Amino acid sequence: MMDWAYLFEISLTGVAGGGLYSLAALAFVIVYKATRVVNIAIGEMLMAGAYLFFTFAAMFALPIWLAIPATVLGSGLLGAMIERTMIRPLLGEPPISVFMVTVGLGSVLVGLVEVIWTADQRRLPEFLPAQPIMIGDAFLAPKIFWGAVIAVIFIAAVLLIFRFWRGGIALRATASDQAAAYSVGINVPRVFSLAWVFSAMIAAVSGIIVGSIGGISSSMGVFGLSVLVVVIVGGLDSVLGALIGGLFIGLVEALAGAYLGGEYKLLATFIVLVAVLLVRPYGLFGTHEIERL
Amino acid sequence: METPQSGGRAAPLLEVDGVTLAFGGVKALSGVGFDVRPGSITAVIGPNGAGKTSLFNTISGFYRPTGGSIRFKGQDITSVPAPRRARMGLGRSFQNIALFRGMTVLDNIKLGRHAHLKTTVLDALLYIGRASREEAELRRDIEERIIDFLEIDHIRHAPVSALSYGLQKRVEMARALAMQPEILMLDEPVAGMNREETEDMARFILDVREEWGVTVLMVEHDMGMVMDLSDHVVVLNFGQVIAQGAPATVQTDPEVVRAYLGSGDVDELRRRLRTSGVTEGSA
Amino acid sequence: MRIGTLKETYVADAALFDSRTQKIWLVVAGALLVLFPFVASDYWLYLACLVSINVASATGLNILTGYTGLVSLGQAAFMGLGAYTVATMESTMGTPFALNLLCGGVVAMIGGLVVGIPSLRVKGLYLAIATIAASFITHFLFANLSFTGGTGGLSIQPASWFGLPLDTSFRIYWLIVPVTLLMLLGAANLFRTRIGRAFIAIRDRDISAEVLGIPLLRYKLLSFGLSSFYAGVAGGLWAYFFRVVTPESFPLLMSIFFLAAIIVGGMGTILGGVLGAVFMTMVPELLKFVFDLIPGGAGLTVFLSPVRTIIFGLLIIGFLVFEPHGLAEIWRRVRRYFHLWPFRN
Repeated sequence: MMDWAYLFEISLTGVAGGGLYSLAALAFVIVYKATRVVNIAIGEMLMAGAYLFFTFAAMFALPIWLAIPATVLGSGLLGAMIERTMIRPLLGEPPISVFMVTVGLGSVLVGLVEVIWTADQRRLPEFLPAQPIMIGDAFLAPKIFWGAVIAVIFIAAVLLIFRFWRGGIALRATASDQAAAYSVGINVPRVFSLAWVFSAMIAAVSGIIVGSIGGISSSMGVFGLSVLVVVIVGGLDSVLGALIGGLFIGLVEALAGAYLGGEYKLLATFIVLVAVLLVRPYGLFGTHEIERL
Repeated sequence: METPQSGGRAAPLLEVDGVTLAFGGVKALSGVGFDVRPGSITAVIGPNGAGKTSLFNTISGFYRPTGGSIRFKGQDITSVPAPRRARMGLGRSFQNIALFRGMTVLDNIKLGRHAHLKTTVLDALLYIGRASREEAELRRDIEERIIDFLEIDHIRHAPVSALSYGLQKRVEMARALAMQPEILMLDEPVAGMNREETEDMARFILDVREEWGVTVLMVEHDMGMVMDLSDHVVVLNFGQVIAQGAPATVQTDPEVVRAYLGSGDVDELRRRLRTSGVTEGSA
Repeated sequence: MRIGTLKETYVADAALFDSRTQKIWLVVAGALLVLFPFVASDYWLYLACLVSINVASATGLNILTGYTGLVSLGQAAFMGLGAYTVATMESTMGTPFALNLLCGGVVAMIGGLVVGIPSLRVKGLYLAIATIAASFITHFLFANLSFTGGTGGLSIQPASWFGLPLDTSFRIYWLIVPVTLLMLLGAANLFRTRIGRAFIAIRDRDISAEVLGIPLLRYKLLSFGLSSFYAGVAGGLWAYFFRVVTPESFPLLMSIFFLAAIIVGGMGTILGGVLGAVFMTMVPELLKFVFDLIPGGAGLTVFLSPVRTIIFGLLIIGFLVFEPHGLAEIWRRVRRYFHLWPFRN
């Protein structure tokens, strides 16, 4: 006899949690859409944002309305610095090189976090409303609910921006052909910088929420693996794909965790990855680039 | 499509029949058909964007046609994967030089022979025995037949990135020859070359046909080359064959003239040039 | 540019070590390798064995990433497969070490094929992500399968050479170093043949490579399988060396270590794999040394691990930005200087 109420509750939590994956995936997609760079350190950038928030809110005891903007600005600065020092110099090199640089970046961030704050798990100060959310008979943890709401707001905002702001077109132009973008007057380096700044900021917001839910630690970056699967499922350059993919992976992981056990979450995600690679490698909404000989 | 063959004897080496290639809504090729006789030099010409390289890529096996068929040596190769076509004898050079920058000239050329070699991984790891024999044999063959022939012995150990454009093109040709092709597909072999380099390349192409018995199919823009060398010319525009035949016939075909110059009436064109004050050059 | 190296036959031109000076250096190096264990202290013997294992594994990764252009973050996972295979075979069947090492390589290779088949059909990026996932999967397997000893892991009897247990660094040196040298030779040979050329072609321009006759998926899988095999054998050597394997023995950080090794050493050259592995193995030792020197350094040991992590990352980034051809290129420049030195005014 199937416990539908339980299934519904788990699914709800999964989908809402998936919203967070979508947000982090969004940070990835922004950089990929603008610069064609695959940022494997997206999970670690999320972690960096969470730790920055911890520093401002817990260590410096700043009020929340100050800590959050400070974190976002600080992360933006980090993003700009990363772009300037390690991404920009590799313009024109084969994409595999930049990819490996992001691997190195992830390593550096993890090490820095462990040196400064140690590898222990920590809790973030509470700032989200704490009343339990009830949808019908199903219980939804409030943090997850509000986290999902914030995520959806951001995603909707970015979708609109890309649709209607001419900067969105500039972003896509720069990604597909830098030389051509230059020649029509687009400030390519500025576009690159902005992409990384925004990506870092969004990753930070994602980190704050994820950290609020489950605490922060130097191994938070493993979140990034699920995010990578999300963007593969959704399509590396698709904002909509990030949204749908995130919700889907969130659901899959929640179901796997509830019915099989916590250790099976990542396994389930991996199986989804393999399935997608076999059936639709460019993802649900990704663009299949046509190569020219 | 009827192909006028001057004294047609042997069966065509390559038959392209009604080939259509569409990318989403864009039709790169529509109903393209022509034959290539063994031992001939066939040129494919047409304005930029006419679909010439797409045609080559389809014949090579890089693109799968959405319609039509391709036959090589009497066999239908429309769904044969590209690497196997190479082994069957379809050699190729590329429009924008596709040499492997991480290797020397010699290694690039040796790579052309890949599909015909037999060394396995285990042979390779050991090297002594099958692999070293095959490599020595390959080296000897390339040196005596190709490097000598194309006069590139002075650069055989040079990294390809250090070579001039003209030399790189020659190495491309060498690599294509190493493929032991029965049909050699050259995509703009003299693009960007000066007069002397062009004449050298033209000589190589003729020699390749004479000494090696290789059939040549080339995409070319240099009309002098096309008219002097080819036995048969196929003209593409907007993905369709608009004319084909002997060079002299095609040259004065009004459709062809219209495709290149915008107007099909050669006399009209001459009149316009005269009245606009431009001196009338040779017809 | 070396002078006075006229070759008179094609075979001579294609030889691995083609000048008399190189051959002399080879003999000297060989003699040093043979003498070393007799004069070295235990600490240095330990380091030599570790360096050798790392050279073997790094060479495998170099074949895949340096020569074929496919990034993998699963080197440690495949080493783990090899190590656990050896551990299991040694403890349950007591089969000779040569067979165990071979099986370790084969099991790792199969793991590689499982990961590679779905991910290599598309862009190389997907392989990288799949290998990260594979790291977690193998960790899960090592910790949860019945015969892998769970989180406690397995302990291994020393390899035995006709009854003599190879249980000291001195003794096992004679297993590890020759195996590593064989693997290096194999890799060097590979790139004198069509197989190696095909790998490089895939890295440089894979679409054209296919039209020229190289079946892409088959060769990418070949490269990945070969590199996993190397990892498996290296992992087997690791197991015989440390005599204990646990699920924590082969973390993702170790894969990053190997990636750093080939980047630092120089991707796409055999020498690069060697230089990089030597360099990277020395880094943690150097770090320990530096920490010992700093007053109050005893309290800093807790920072050893994270600082090491930071340095690995910085080395990757630094070399990619400033010296993408690695130490091998720096070495080449030094050699060129000395070759031309007699001609300087």
